[in-house]
Amino acid sequence: MSVRLHIVKAGPGLSLQDFGRPGYLASGLSRGGAMDPLALAEGAALMRMQAEEALAIEMAGAGGRFRAEGGDLLIALTGAPMQARLDGARLHWPGSYLLREGAELEIGGASAGSYGYLSVAGLDAPSILGARSAHLAGGIGGALSSGTRLDAQPAPNAGGLTLTAQDRFSGGLIRVLPSVQTDQFSDDARGRFEATEFRKDARASRMGARMAHDGDGFSQDGHLAILSEIIVPGDIQVIGDGAPFVLLPECQTMGGYPRIATVIAADLPRVAQAAPGTALRFRFVELEEALKARAAAAKHRKALPDGVTPRIRDPHDIPDLLSYQLVGGVVSAKAEE
Amino acid sequence: MPRPEFPQVRRMGEASLLVSFDDALSMRANAAVLAFRAAVEAEAWDAVEETATSLKSVYLRFDPDRLDHATLEDRVCALLEARDWHEAGLPEGRRLWRIPAVLGGDHGPQLEEAAEMAGMTADAAIEAIAATRLRVLTIGFAPGLPYLGQLPDAFDIARKTELTPRVPKGGLGLAIRQMVMFPVETQTGWRWIGQAAFDGFRQGADAPFALKAGDEVQYRPVSVTEYEDAVAGLETGLDAMAEPLE
Repeated sequence: MSVRLHIVKAGPGLSLQDFGRPGYLASGLSRGGAMDPLALAEGAALMRMQAEEALAIEMAGAGGRFRAEGGDLLIALTGAPMQARLDGARLHWPGSYLLREGAELEIGGASAGSYGYLSVAGLDAPSILGARSAHLAGGIGGALSSGTRLDAQPAPNAGGLTLTAQDRFSGGLIRVLPSVQTDQFSDDARGRFEATEFRKDARASRMGARMAHDGDGFSQDGHLAILSEIIVPGDIQVIGDGAPFVLLPECQTMGGYPRIATVIAADLPRVAQAAPGTALRFRFVELEEALKARAAAAKHRKALPDGVTPRIRDPHDIPDLLSYQLVGGVVSAKAEE
Repeated sequence: MPRPEFPQVRRMGEASLLVSFDDALSMRANAAVLAFRAAVEAEAWDAVEETATSLKSVYLRFDPDRLDHATLEDRVCALLEARDWHEAGLPEGRRLWRIPAVLGGDHGPQLEEAAEMAGMTADAAIEAIAATRLRVLTIGFAPGLPYLGQLPDAFDIARKTELTPRVPKGGLGLAIRQMVMFPVETQTGWRWIGQAAFDGFRQGADAPFALKAGDEVQYRPVSVTEYEDAVAGLETGLDAMAEPLE
């Protein structure tokens, strides 16, 4: 009998995600995939698996309750840190764990950021157009609902690893490059765009996020007349109400709003991960800086397997501490971070 | 602002170029777009990972770790100068699709309104639409959604400001001398004028996207019964709607 992950209770925004399916822009399909691809690579590293094959449950805002069926599962928790418990014991995030058959994993709300990831070793789903991720806006796959059972592999190891996650959960300064209509915005508009502190609108989705702000909008005269043009994730459209709107991996492929800038690829997950209300600023950079950041992100991702370390148990998290023999010094009293 | 010179090559972030042949839609510029994209594909430049077209531009995505912007821009400009792409003719391998559709009535409740705006009766509008061979100008917005053009001048009507909440799969929208054919149920500002027996995005199929930019479409007005039969037979009948175009 196969091993499965049973989604006992699904939170509102659960979907299967991998690195998406690039190459279908000419057919009207954006690449989609995980909002925070680094979290997939972290999950793979924590499970000692290949990142290329990563497939995880992306959890928007909160997780749900999950159970292993038919055997033990190896899981990893990455991305936006969420309140997680395994049979009542609090889990450290990020980390990999053995989810024993019948044990219940409970994942609550995010304490920072928006998208948490539950990776499961050997998680499988049908491949459509070369990828297994759901593309909700494009009608491929769908949100995962309570009662779903997903095929996986028997646990290849017992987990117990953690790593130091790069912070992309707290908004901050987002680097941008010019896009095709940037020079149609006045110096004043571009200056204000860089000087304004934006807040991520609560209505953000996998398609995009509106940037709320006080003061005048950024629309320019004559902009209504722009003919629809190809748009890609990262592009910042100035929409009808004058607010910037950052396109995210599951965006539409054609848009008629002018683009003031485009977010560099290395910083896009910071926009995706920012929780509603988080402050964000934009700054134009030179192409060289964008390419350097791109190379640094690739290097960081490649080095992840070398950065994982055994997780030292925090006594605070052990539910039945009194039953342990502590005198022998086998348990570190130092909380691991 | 002075009108830019076309074709125009612009950077779109760190890994894309956009080559525009006009800033408005014309059949002529769109033909140049289709021809130029085919030429870029034929060049098979190393590190160019994807190409696509809009109504008036060719998009190139590349790997900036393997190919720098200036080198690719030089190659693109050299190819642009190699000939007048407006005169290059449409690429090979295109198909003509004859698609059964119910126009007007319950299956196209805004046809009357569109016809009135175009200054003709509903019957005359149906006749004019059916008589026009429309080019797939581009595919986008949603997976497999074609923008089809151009209809006669009379159909240069604006989109509605109020959105129609649920136009079903196969629904036909009309505005600005163009038509769109929705591959999934959609909310839209295009006037809903009919319902086509067509499946623009078949996820499990070997060729999931039936239409390609440059293909041509001619709608064949049918009765509701004929339309329903055509929808029922789509799984096998879709390919039979297409014939090669010369």
